[in-house]
Amino acid sequence: MASSNSGGSISDRQHIAQQRLKIIAGHLQRPTDGGSAILPSECKAQGSKPDASSERKTVPRRRQEIMKWNGWGYNDSRFFYNKKGQAEFTGKRYRLSGQIIPGLKDWMESTFGSSLQHKSTATPILNSSAVPPPILNEAFVEELKSTGIPFSHEAEDRVFRAHGHCLHEIFALREGKIGRVPDMVVWPNCHNDVVRVVELSCKHNVCLIPYGGGTSVSGALECPPEETRSIVSLDTSQMNRILWIDEKNLTAHVEAGIVGEELERLLNESGYCTGHEPDSMEFSSLGGWVATRASGMKKNIYGNIEDLVVHIKMVTPRGVIEKNCQVPRMSTGPDIHHFIMGSEGTLGVVTEVTMKIRPLPEYQKYGSVVFPNFEQGVACLREIARQRCAPASIRLMDNEQFKFGHALKPQVSSIFTSFLDGLKKFYITKFKGFDPNRLCVATLLFEGDREKVLQHEKQVYDIAAKFGGLAAGEDNGQRGYMLTFVIAYLRDLGLDYYVIGESFETSVPWDRVLDVCRNVKERIVRECKEKGVQFPALATCRVTQTYDAGACVYFYFGFTYRGLSDPIHVYEEVERAARDEILASGGSLSHHHGVGKLRKKWMEETISTIGMGMLKSVKDYLDPNNIFGNGNLL
Amino acid sequence: MPSKTIYSHRDPMLKKRDDFEDILEERRNSSDLRYALRCYTPVLYKGVPPIKASMLKSMVLQSGQIRYIISQVSKEMGRANDDILEEASAILDEMAQRLQLSTVRFFVFTLSKVFKILFRNICVNEEGIQRLQQAIQEHPVVLLPSHRSYMDFLLVSYIMYTYDLALPVIAAGMDFIGMKFIGEMLRMSGAFFLRRSFGGDKLYWAVFSEYVKTMVKNGVAPVEFFLEGTRSRTCKSLTPKLGLLNIVMDPFLKGEVFDISLVPISISYERILEEPLYARELLGVPKPKESTSGLFKARKVLNEDYGSIHVYFGQPVSLRSIAEGRVNRCQFNLIPRHIPRKPSEEIHNFVNDSAYRLVRAQEENMVLKPWALLASLLLQNHHQDQKMEQTQGIALDKLTEQALWLRDVSRQYGAFLLWPDHMPPSEIVSSSLSLHQGLVRISEGRVHLALEQAGRKAGPGEPQGAVTPEEELWSQAVIVLSCASYRNQAMHIFLRPALLASAIHAATSNKKQEVFNTFSFLRNMFSNEFILCPGATVQDFEEACYLLMKTGALQASQQELVVTEKGHRTLAFLTSMLDPFLQGYQVVCRFLCEEATENLTEKQFIPSIRKFIVKLLLSGSLRYTEVLSFDLQKNALAALLRLGAVQKIKGAEQETLKVNTVMVNSLEDTLGGKLPTQNAVIARL
Repeated sequence: MASSNSGGSISDRQHIAQQRLKIIAGHLQRPTDGGSAILPSECKAQGSKPDASSERKTVPRRRQEIMKWNGWGYNDSRFFYNKKGQAEFTGKRYRLSGQIIPGLKDWMESTFGSSLQHKSTATPILNSSAVPPPILNEAFVEELKSTGIPFSHEAEDRVFRAHGHCLHEIFALREGKIGRVPDMVVWPNCHNDVVRVVELSCKHNVCLIPYGGGTSVSGALECPPEETRSIVSLDTSQMNRILWIDEKNLTAHVEAGIVGEELERLLNESGYCTGHEPDSMEFSSLGGWVATRASGMKKNIYGNIEDLVVHIKMVTPRGVIEKNCQVPRMSTGPDIHHFIMGSEGTLGVVTEVTMKIRPLPEYQKYGSVVFPNFEQGVACLREIARQRCAPASIRLMDNEQFKFGHALKPQVSSIFTSFLDGLKKFYITKFKGFDPNRLCVATLLFEGDREKVLQHEKQVYDIAAKFGGLAAGEDNGQRGYMLTFVIAYLRDLGLDYYVIGESFETSVPWDRVLDVCRNVKERIVRECKEKGVQFPALATCRVTQTYDAGACVYFYFGFTYRGLSDPIHVYEEVERAARDEILASGGSLSHHHGVGKLRKKWMEETISTIGMGMLKSVKDYLDPNNIFGNGNLL
Repeated sequence: MPSKTIYSHRDPMLKKRDDFEDILEERRNSSDLRYALRCYTPVLYKGVPPIKASMLKSMVLQSGQIRYIISQVSKEMGRANDDILEEASAILDEMAQRLQLSTVRFFVFTLSKVFKILFRNICVNEEGIQRLQQAIQEHPVVLLPSHRSYMDFLLVSYIMYTYDLALPVIAAGMDFIGMKFIGEMLRMSGAFFLRRSFGGDKLYWAVFSEYVKTMVKNGVAPVEFFLEGTRSRTCKSLTPKLGLLNIVMDPFLKGEVFDISLVPISISYERILEEPLYARELLGVPKPKESTSGLFKARKVLNEDYGSIHVYFGQPVSLRSIAEGRVNRCQFNLIPRHIPRKPSEEIHNFVNDSAYRLVRAQEENMVLKPWALLASLLLQNHHQDQKMEQTQGIALDKLTEQALWLRDVSRQYGAFLLWPDHMPPSEIVSSSLSLHQGLVRISEGRVHLALEQAGRKAGPGEPQGAVTPEEELWSQAVIVLSCASYRNQAMHIFLRPALLASAIHAATSNKKQEVFNTFSFLRNMFSNEFILCPGATVQDFEEACYLLMKTGALQASQQELVVTEKGHRTLAFLTSMLDPFLQGYQVVCRFLCEEATENLTEKQFIPSIRKFIVKLLLSGSLRYTEVLSFDLQKNALAALLRLGAVQKIKGAEQETLKVNTVMVNSLEDTLGGKLPTQNAVIARL
């Protein structure tokens, strides 16, 4: 449907690609949308035309034209309550777009005790006078002009790049509070542009903060308030080409500014994919993945970013760092890639990456399993991991999240579907005796040859049956994954009604998964209560990844902040307590979100003082003048 | 009650305590049978249905810890895994409780009958029950009653049944198992049994700890045990044992449960069933082995009046909140949790401090009856008489006057004293005395301890005057020790001020620093005898100063502490309170210096010191008969061992005690006030 107007010249491969696209992203990007979103441009420095792809969709330099300046995602997509008091999702991009979600209001009211009566509206537009005037380094600006690299010091551009998507960042924007923001934004078009910008920054002692997709949830993009130098935000969005695809080695060389969804779309056109699909893939960039050690939903087949990367080029104040070959593995001392991955913009800018690619899978199938309780569900996931037969993705939601997913069901059009739903519910709760307040759901995604997928599916369902799991249909599974993209929009709706919410993640050894889930959820509820939150907080979790030795657990929490004098302080304390609890219960500081500034205080106890010293000495060598001064990690 | 509330307004030191409800009252008015058979539906931990005994057993045997230990033992001893598993299973069978509601109902019926005969009332604070009910639903609960009588755990279960609370499982000593039928009955009412010593037996320890942990983790039932480890024969709280507390805390420290509620329970008896037995035990008549027939012989107790019992369920202590900032739980992250490890020093100190804190919480909510004050006064008077070599006793009205004075002092010190203010004081005194008529005599309006009874009043068939002085001493000691045990009920109220009073008495000057040094020395010396929280010397000193100043007995400037005119009476009382212990410890020191031979073993210590003390008592150079108490001698030795003045030397066959004569001598002199505390030897303490 997406490009049905481009005629019958589509090859089979492209056809598959399109189908797949519809599924993975779960949303449709309309080609007829405002042309401003499409800005094909070329690096002046690079004569050769990039090999892949017909048409590039570049994130506009003025992102605010299509994306919210103080919330998540696209301007046209948001939840709101219509005149009848029903929740609705606007826009046309997602499957949920234009649909009414009848259960959401009741869920919000019963979960958070929030009410439609009490609305907390956000500052609608950015008040430019609230933005501090830029500190400009004149000499730097002069020399930059001469290079022809585009830049801006408009307030809107600067504010947009001063934050990620932590709750405290968004909350401040909604209240119109602006802190230290970058003084300039530059848009290099290619690797060589970046080299020039970094050289000039070193020469004129300017602070550089790389900016990719802006989806950070670790405070990594916040400007250190004490920074007195001119801060330049280096936006990589214009560096978004696939430079070449090597079908013999199944690798692709890509510019690091490319956004996940675009990368997949372009590769799909050639019949390939990377298979790297973090939940933020609509907006997050390849360079950002490398800089934070990202993890994708389908890592069971394709691996996490560290497994996918074959070669990295990074520009540092000392110069460009890269390897001299593109090989699957080498024994040449500690892997320098591991200094780069997770460096969070403190050492330099990743400009180009060679990634593994895979032929598009022939077949994809969703699935879901209902378990009588969370304990059984975790036991099942553990067994699946033990047998190393995890599907491309397997996620286990707890009971609260299952109910939440239920509340997000769009209005059913036919009586028949609602009758079927009723029947299913009856079967599970009455006939099978599952307690609706304890049961939980695992969503599954299988990928590969059709035959193998079906075989694999049977194996997984057989294991699930041993733990009391009942197959609950493809539809539930698919909806589960679709919600991943929409859920981020929901926080903005909550904020409209005095509800603040946040998510965070960790990784845990198998024997502690249940302990971490229980303790952290209980800690959140207790802390909120002690800090004067009126209505019991929502604390819910899901197991989102399985490994040989453990799992990744994702938490959501939210509460109504009406009646609190300083909600952000309360929220921060609760989040801190939750992280303390994770660490005390044997979980890690982060599985894939990174450290940023939010989790810095636990770094030393996490990697030891000596470990910190090692990292510091690398920083001191590469960037003695702290040009990359975002202050993350260390 | 109104007078109580007025008091708490007047005095912030008075802690707010709950009111009591008599649970026997209803028993006297309705059918015990119907009560025993009534519908019992307790609220459960997180609403999870109870786990069956067989299920529990397999959970324990299949746990990581047991499997680990089995493979370890198997490697060490070269035995087959199955063989060891069978042994573990047998240990578990010997240990496990098999709580059955029908048995509990039987006990409830029987106990209702017995309680009504023995006691006037059984009073329970219902607010405490409500707090407990809340706690049971939220977190695993550990019940920690004080231990003064065999009655204790039956009583707690009885109360839990009465209020429809989940019935506890109770850690009991293996000695009960000897009582064939009763042992099994107790097992079915929730008791689980552990051997008194299982030192080196890895398997036993693992099975036992895993069993307890499994019950705690899964919230099978509230787990109950006695921090003091055994019944206190002296009515003073015993220094806590850490073994079980370590075990129940483990699931929290390792993150297996979110929190654990520790509930101190204070059970105060107006008159203890085992009273005469305890005194004899302390004097060295070994305690009779528990036997069913022995229990029936004990039936004669049914004919006596034992007054009332007060059971106070204290504020549940959240383990999480007391561990906050004290324990870094990350330390358990690097080794699989099922592998047993010796607790780190951090954990050990934390458990130890918590244990003291909990015993203190028990003490604070112990109810005092007027008799405890009367016993203290009568004992002091008795010692006074001895000093004057007379036996006149004290005039009833003078006793009443002193009791009223002491009532006010103890209230100001925060005692939980139940003094019926609506009754005339003389009536209160005489009814207290009549409840304890075995211990006191009233003749011609004068009250004295019933000492002559044992010696002079022989049975009609026996020839008069056949008693030796030694025999007379022993029978008098029984009375004095019984009396002392009631005085001890009030000891925790007066302890800190008494230590200060004794320090002021012993110190050579009024200098605050010097008094503090002496205080700190005494406190250190007596920390096996009384519950003195480790590391709280300064706090205790300040509390004592505050109390004495508040009551006008002491004036303090920056540097000095001065006893006021009216304070002499208080200080005299307080020093006399502690004096028997001071003298007793000196006697122990003297014995070790003068009499101890090269190869004195720990076993011989008690009999030989006993002989030594009898000699001193008969010669009249020692007044305090209670020094004969085995408990005091044992505590004194423990203190000397702790201070390094005596050492245990491993000999070929037995451990012998090696005495550092110089040090013991100087300790004795310091205790006697002959040496200042700045003495070099002491400084090392």
